[in-house]
Amino acid sequence: MTFARINAMLLEGFGTSCQLFLLTLVLSLPLGLIIMFGSTCKFTPLRWLTRTFVWIIRGTPLMLQLFVVFYVPGMLFHMHLFPSGPEGRFAAALTAFVINYACYFSEIYRGGFGSITRGQYEAAQVLGMTRWETFRHVILMQVVKRLLPPMSNEIITLVKDTSLARTIMVAEIFFINETEILTKGIVWPLFYIGVFFLIFVGALTLLFNYLEKKLSYYKV
Amino acid sequence: MAFLKVNNITKSFGELNVLKGIDFSLEKGQVLSLIGSSGSGKTTLLRCLNFLETPDSGTVTVREKTVFDAKRTSKPSLREMRENQLKFGMVFQSFNLFPQHSIRKNLTLAASLIEKERLKKAHASRADIHTAMERIDQHANEVLAQVGLSDKADSYPYQLSGGQCQRAAIARALMLSPDILCFDEPTSALDPELTGEVLRVIRGLRSEDRTMIIVTHEMEFARHVSDRVIFMADGVIAEEGTPEEIFEHPKNEKLQAFLSHTKETSFQED
Repeated sequence: MTFARINAMLLEGFGTSCQLFLLTLVLSLPLGLIIMFGSTCKFTPLRWLTRTFVWIIRGTPLMLQLFVVFYVPGMLFHMHLFPSGPEGRFAAALTAFVINYACYFSEIYRGGFGSITRGQYEAAQVLGMTRWETFRHVILMQVVKRLLPPMSNEIITLVKDTSLARTIMVAEIFFINETEILTKGIVWPLFYIGVFFLIFVGALTLLFNYLEKKLSYYKV
Repeated sequence: MAFLKVNNITKSFGELNVLKGIDFSLEKGQVLSLIGSSGSGKTTLLRCLNFLETPDSGTVTVREKTVFDAKRTSKPSLREMRENQLKFGMVFQSFNLFPQHSIRKNLTLAASLIEKERLKKAHASRADIHTAMERIDQHANEVLAQVGLSDKADSYPYQLSGGQCQRAAIARALMLSPDILCFDEPTSALDPELTGEVLRVIRGLRSEDRTMIIVTHEMEFARHVSDRVIFMADGVIAEEGTPEEIFEHPKNEKLQAFLSHTKETSFQED
């Protein structure tokens, strides 16, 4: 196999990894907010239900969740949630990732909102602001500033966690490398893959540094 | 009828009865100081007036309009709640400025939100909204000049001293021209050398004929700035009167003890 051929195959696999990463991010960020509303809800049964769910998701391996999402509906209940073939496997992996990351994000959000002092809400109230106005103009940017460091951490972890999708045979970069390249006795692409991830995470790090710098015009 | 009338306000937190039936009234342009030791209920009373706590019983009337009635069962509309809320202004002990906004934006934020909503309902044109926003900016400049912070309009709260923050917070409350401006221990979070500038601003407001209620531990200040003083103890008004009556001829035993104690501490500080 030529370098160009290996390169093309790895790039294709990395493309799938990136897709999984971006879609997971886009879907789990808002879902995490909804889960946070559940776990901070004043209605006790809902709060406990949500917190138990978050405990289960954060308390079990992502790999186990991938297997459960992919195999259990079909094998136990004869429900075919995901079509067969690569799309179905990708959809199953995406589902497991979104649920898993939404739970982690919800806890980060909870910490962020919890760190806003009551005085900020009260000041907005005595100025006649509605709840929405208070959230939009007073709370949101303060929360975003506090969320950035833990979020960047979690998002960088997600980049590398995408490799777990290979456990249900999603053709991401490691799966392709293992089935198509490593089996032919070619070892160097393993290090080459490391460079892919380093560049990707490096770019993300620069982006987050930029955002943090943008928000450093004020201190809390 | 009085400008502000407070009738039989009670409030408890669980087992703790913080306010045990408070009655008082205030005329337009009067300055009322609430004094008393910590835990006597002064701050809770102020927070009840500002809808930050809901009293268990009683009524509050401003300019003959009932803004709070514990017996009322129907929930007031959002518009009515906002209207009632804006009859009162509040300056907090810990300023509570919005850290992510410049001082100017801290002043204009609420005013511009309210004005925008009003104009949008009236289907005003973009140009009209623009002029309204410019008017609010202009007003903010005037208020900032009044509290001596013209040069800080574009600074952020973290760049200001405590005294400057508190003056900005007063300016923010003034922007909405409340009928009654409340101060909750406005100088308690400040270093002693910074209290003067804040008290000067409040004194300046007095000469403008503003109706104010001030919870304070600064006895000298209360004596000079107030038309009336209420001394609270254990959730009731123990004594009420002119500054002279309260500070020169206190009748209530607890007030006498309180005053001699505060004199002692200020002597020790000297």
